[in-house]
Amino acid sequence: MLMKGANAIVEALRREGVEVIFGIPGGASIPFYDVLYDADIRHILTRHEQVAAHAADGYARASGKVGVCSATSGPGATNLTTGILNAFMDSSPMVALTGQVPTPLIGKDAFQEADTIGITMPITKHNFQLRRVEEIPVVFKKAFKIARTGRPGPVLVDMPKDVQEKEADVEFPKDVAIQGYKPTLKGNLKQVKKAADMLVAAERPIIFAGGGVIIANASQELARLAETLGAPVVTSLMGKGAFPEDHPLALGVIGMHGRKAANYAINDADVILAIGVRFSDRSTGNVECFAPEAKIIHVDIDPAEIGKNVRVDLPIVGDAKYVLKDLLRMLKIKARQENEWTRKISEYRREFQPKMDYDDFPLKPQRVVKEIMEVLGENDIVTTEVGQCQMWAEHFLSRTKARTFITSGGLGTMGFGFPAALGAKVARPESNVVDIAGDGSFLMVCQDLATSVKEDIPVVVAIFDNHYLGMVRQWQELFFDKRYSAVKLGRVDFVALAEAFRARGVKVKRPGEVAPAVKEAFEAGVTTVIDIVVNPVENIFPMVPPGKCLKDMVEGV
Amino acid sequence: MKETHILVALVEDKPGVMQRVSGLFRKRNFNIDSITVGHSEKPGVSRMTLTVTGDHAVLEQVMKQLNKVIEVLKVIELDKKSSVQRELALVKIRTKNETARSEVVSYVNIFRGRIVDVSKESLVVEITGDSSKIEAFVNLVTTFGVIELARTGVTAMSRGTGK
Repeated sequence: MLMKGANAIVEALRREGVEVIFGIPGGASIPFYDVLYDADIRHILTRHEQVAAHAADGYARASGKVGVCSATSGPGATNLTTGILNAFMDSSPMVALTGQVPTPLIGKDAFQEADTIGITMPITKHNFQLRRVEEIPVVFKKAFKIARTGRPGPVLVDMPKDVQEKEADVEFPKDVAIQGYKPTLKGNLKQVKKAADMLVAAERPIIFAGGGVIIANASQELARLAETLGAPVVTSLMGKGAFPEDHPLALGVIGMHGRKAANYAINDADVILAIGVRFSDRSTGNVECFAPEAKIIHVDIDPAEIGKNVRVDLPIVGDAKYVLKDLLRMLKIKARQENEWTRKISEYRREFQPKMDYDDFPLKPQRVVKEIMEVLGENDIVTTEVGQCQMWAEHFLSRTKARTFITSGGLGTMGFGFPAALGAKVARPESNVVDIAGDGSFLMVCQDLATSVKEDIPVVVAIFDNHYLGMVRQWQELFFDKRYSAVKLGRVDFVALAEAFRARGVKVKRPGEVAPAVKEAFEAGVTTVIDIVVNPVENIFPMVPPGKCLKDMVEGV
Repeated sequence: MKETHILVALVEDKPGVMQRVSGLFRKRNFNIDSITVGHSEKPGVSRMTLTVTGDHAVLEQVMKQLNKVIEVLKVIELDKKSSVQRELALVKIRTKNETARSEVVSYVNIFRGRIVDVSKESLVVEITGDSSKIEAFVNLVTTFGVIELARTGVTAMSRGTGK
C-alpha cells in the first residue's frame, strides 16, 4: 500500500488494537497528529508528558493491554522519561512514541533535538528509531511484541519528522520473528517436579507472590496451589491483589513496612516458593538474614532475576501461569489438613491484625484507610502516590483482586498515582478509581486535573494531607536527630485548587467523615479532590529499619 | 573468587548495539577490562569479545543481562585453556642511538614482533599474542621510553572444530 509514514504509523497502531493514546503533540509530531485527527483512536491530551506516560502505565496495569503514550522531540521526550523508567522498573507494557527532528538535522543540535534513543536506552526494554517508511510496519509489530511478551516493559519508537511525511509502499505483516528474543514460557519440567517434591516435603512452606503473578493472570492457579499445599501466601508490594487478602492463608505484604504476620512467617519458613518476584531490597530487608532457614524456589520469566539478589536453591525460568499449572498437575496430593504450621499462621493472623479503628482527632491515616476500604467494591481500583501514603495503603488496605492495586513499586515515583488513576479509569470506566495521595506527591502532577475534567475521566484523589514530605520527615525524626531539613510543605487550599480546574473539592477533618465523602465522590461524575487533614506527625509502623532483618520490625524507634 | 573471564557475544550488526552493551556494563556496575568488536563469519552478525573481572555470580549476571539485550543473539564463555586469545599492540619506542635500536630490534625478534615503521629516533613495533606476552614486551622496552602504546584488546576463539 502506498502511504505516508504517519498513516503507516497510525495504521500499525490500529492493527495492534490500540484504543487510546495519552500524549501531547509538538513540532516534530504534527504529521502524526494530523493523521490521528481522523483516526478511530482516542487521544487524551495531558498537561505534562510525565502524566501521559504514567497514565499509559496505569491503563496497562488495569487492563493488561499495552499502554501507549506520545510526546514530541526534545523536551517532550525527556519529560516522558520518568514515566518510562517507572514502567520499566515495574514491568509494565508500554509503547512510547516520540517525535524527532528530520533525519538530515539529527546530530546538528537542531531546535528541540534530544538524543532520545541514547537517553532511553538504559530505561527501556528496547527502542527503535525509524529510518525509512517501509520499515514502519515491522518496527511497530516488533515494538508491541517486545512490550507485551516475556517480562513486559516499555519500548520507545522515535519518529523523525521526515519519515512521518514521506510516502512509500508499505506492507503489514501478521507476525514478525525477532532473532535474539525468545522468552521462555514453560518451565523445565524436571525442575518443576523437584519444586513439587520440595513443597510436599516441606514442613513450613510459604508462597511469596509478586507482580509476575498479576501480569501472567495467574491468581486462580496461585489460590489453588496455596489451598492444596495449605501454604500461607505473602506478597511483594507489586503482588498486592494477586491473592485475596481476606483469604485465611493470606498474610499480606512483606518488607520494610509489611505486615508483621507476613514478615514473621517468611522468616520461619523452611521452603519458599517465590513466584514473579525480584527480591527487591524493600521486600527482603537485609539479605544476609532473609529467611535464614528456608530453601528458595524462584520462578521468574526473566532468568536474570534468578540469583541476582538472593541465593536460590531451585531456579525455574518460566511464566507464572505455565509453571503454576504444571506444579499443580505434579503435586498429586489432596489438600493438606490443619497442622502445626497452619495453626501458627492463623495465630499470627489473629495476633497481628493491623489496628485501624482509631477515633482520634486530628485523623489518623490508619483510620482514613479503614474508611476508604468501607466504600470500595472488589472491582474498584486503588492507585497510590509514593511515601507514607503509599505505605499506609500497602500495610492497612486489603485488596482481593488482581489489577485493583496500582502503585509505583520499583521507582517510587511521587506523582504517579493521579495519572495512573486517570489511565486506570480510561481502561475500566465501570470501576471507581481512587488515588491514595499525599499532598507532596499530588502537587507534582495536580495540573492534570484539567485533563480529567476536560476529558471526562472522573476519579477520586484522597489526599492524606499532612503538610509534610512525610516519609522523609519520618526518617529525619527516627534517624537524623529530628533535623527536619526541607520537608515542610505548608498549607494548600486543595478545595480551591480543585475548583479552579472545575473539579470538585471537599475538605474532611473528622473520623466518620471520610467514607461518606469518598462515596459521594464516586457518585459525583466529576473528579473530586478530598483534602483529608491527618495528624501531621503520625509515622508509619511497623518498620524494618534500614539494614535490619525482617524479623526485627519495630513499632517505634 | 575474582577472576578474568572471556565472553563472546554474537550481536546484530546495527547502530547502537555497542552502546547498549557498554551502557549495560556501566549501569550494572560490572567491571570490563576490554571489549573488541568486528565482523563474524556470518553477514549481519558482529562478534564481540569481552574480558570481564568478577566472581562466578557476577559472571552469571553479566551473561544473563547481555542475553536480555534484544540485538544480542548468543553469549558464550570461553574456557581459557581450550581457547586461543590474541591481542595486537602497536608500540612506539624511543631509540636515541644505535645501541638502543639494536637492543630493541633483538627484543622484537625474541617476541616475534614486527617493525612496521622506522624513524631516526623511534621505532613502531607490532606485536601479537596473549595479553601477558604484550605486557612482558612493553615492560621490557619501557626503559627506552614508550612514546605511544595502542592495544586492541583481546579477541578469542575456541580450539578444535566446534563453534
